[in-house]
Amino acid sequence: MSEHTVSSYDEELSGIAGRIAEMGGLAESIVTDAVTALITQDLDLAQATIGRDHRLDDLMHDIEMRNVLVIARRQPMGQDLREIMAATRIANDLERVGDMAKNVAKRVIAIDSDLKSKTLAIGVEHMTELALAQLKAVLDAYTRKDAEEAVKVRERDAEIDAIYTSLFRELLTYMMEDPRNITQCAHLLFCAKNIERIGDHATNIAENVYYMVTGKRLLDDRPRMDETGVEDKENA
Amino acid sequence: MSSFSGLARATDPIDQNKATAMENVKIAAEKVQVFYGETHAIKDVSIDIRARTVTAFIGPSGCGKSTFLRCLNRMNDTIDICRVEGRIAIDNEDIYDPKVDPVQLRAKVGMVFQKPNPFPKSIYDNIAYGPRIHGLVRRKSELDDIVASSLQKAGLWEEVKDRLDSPGTGLSGGQQQRLCIARAIAVSPEVILMDEPCSALDPIATAKVEELIDELRENYTIVIVTHSMQQAARVSQRTAFFHLGNLVEVGDTQDIFTNPVDKRTQDYITGRFG
Ligand SMILES: Nc1ncnc2c1ncn2[C@@H]1O[C@H](COP(=O)(O)OP(=O)(O)O)[C@@H](O)[C@H]1O
Ligand SMILES: [Mg+2]
Repeated sequence: MSEHTVSSYDEELSGIAGRIAEMGGLAESIVTDAVTALITQDLDLAQATIGRDHRLDDLMHDIEMRNVLVIARRQPMGQDLREIMAATRIANDLERVGDMAKNVAKRVIAIDSDLKSKTLAIGVEHMTELALAQLKAVLDAYTRKDAEEAVKVRERDAEIDAIYTSLFRELLTYMMEDPRNITQCAHLLFCAKNIERIGDHATNIAENVYYMVTGKRLLDDRPRMDETGVEDKENA
Repeated sequence: MSSFSGLARATDPIDQNKATAMENVKIAAEKVQVFYGETHAIKDVSIDIRARTVTAFIGPSGCGKSTFLRCLNRMNDTIDICRVEGRIAIDNEDIYDPKVDPVQLRAKVGMVFQKPNPFPKSIYDNIAYGPRIHGLVRRKSELDDIVASSLQKAGLWEEVKDRLDSPGTGLSGGQQQRLCIARAIAVSPEVILMDEPCSALDPIATAKVEELIDELRENYTIVIVTHSMQQAARVSQRTAFFHLGNLVEVGDTQDIFTNPVDKRTQDYITGRFG
């Protein structure tokens, strides 16, 4: 879009978009570190990752504050208004992504033993790769204001859900085979759930990007199914 | 900045939900052109204005908002060099039909101006003036009733009921504007046109007039020209955006301000114009 008559208004908006980008990069890196710490059982890395989550909280509050000020000063309309709304919600989702990663990092410390079977962790690692790719794609879509890409991200979330469901079954099988696996598998299960939630946040962001760009809501026609096998059309 | 110029657009403005507009059209304008001598001030404007709805006209200065508003009660007749073409119908009756008496029309379609313009008379006489000249009353008591109810509808009664004999010009700006609204109401109009009615008022007086507009909507069709987008967003249900004499886009106010279709509307409402 072209520039505002008042140039400081443009600066305020680009300042907010810049902080979303910063949050996005940080969230990606925290997720990567948390899962690396999990796979390699690196307690120091896990501890450091937990500490870095604060920065995401700070950025989110900063974005909120800036949005409030822009609303008060400029009474944004149209595309600008949608950008402000989207930024607030996307910042929230990214902050939650940080929380999910932090949960994984905390588990690393709680497990505090070598993973007996690396193969168990590989499933989680694979999910994480997909979730990170989703996060990256949706942040690109945000920066480029690309509604089509946002739609694609949203559609791809089903893949993560499917992997999570199969991982869930796999871990259950291990637990039944040998009760000594239970503790570790339970931890991994929680980690997997957290990663799956990161995918959901990427989907939320995609929906907000779509609204920001087009002014229209994506209709939720995707049936959801989680590991319980119960279809949930309400709580997408 | 985009490079749109004054190129004439397709006749039909964007109307985000035209289908429902058919139901309760109060004023229908079709292919209206207005010329001031050589100046083509309104270009082929067609719009349906809904009954008991507040419609806001927005757009940059000089785009023709006031000109088009004045067409709706033939106020342009009083400007010598002004020529109006096309058709404007209220309740399906052509208001430019030679049989129509402009004075009667203006009783049906009242107007409130930018600067409050009370007559240099008492508050009472300001309101009584219209009903008297239109011969709406026989007895003094009827006139008293109209004065009281008009002031009540305009939300001014409590403030002035004890000084109806004092001059209207002695009221505050905001009170004067509500007096002018009361004066417009006194002749039982069906439509009230307002041309930037709050531009000379402070925020509190503005809020009172806006509150009043919202109440009046129940009984009147209101068209308001405003240069404040926030005001349009607050008081209207429908918004029409004019640019260089063209009606560019008309739609539900909520759509115009959150998701306008035309690039020119977007640029204007977001503060990116020229
Ligand atoms: N009485 C008039 N005589 C000549 N030109 C006029 C007159 N009134 C308005 N115009 C011209 O018509 C155009 C539209 O003006 P107006 O309707 O007052 O715009 P707006 O109310 O949107 O600011 C402008 O170019 C203006 O100069
Ligand atoms: Mg004007």
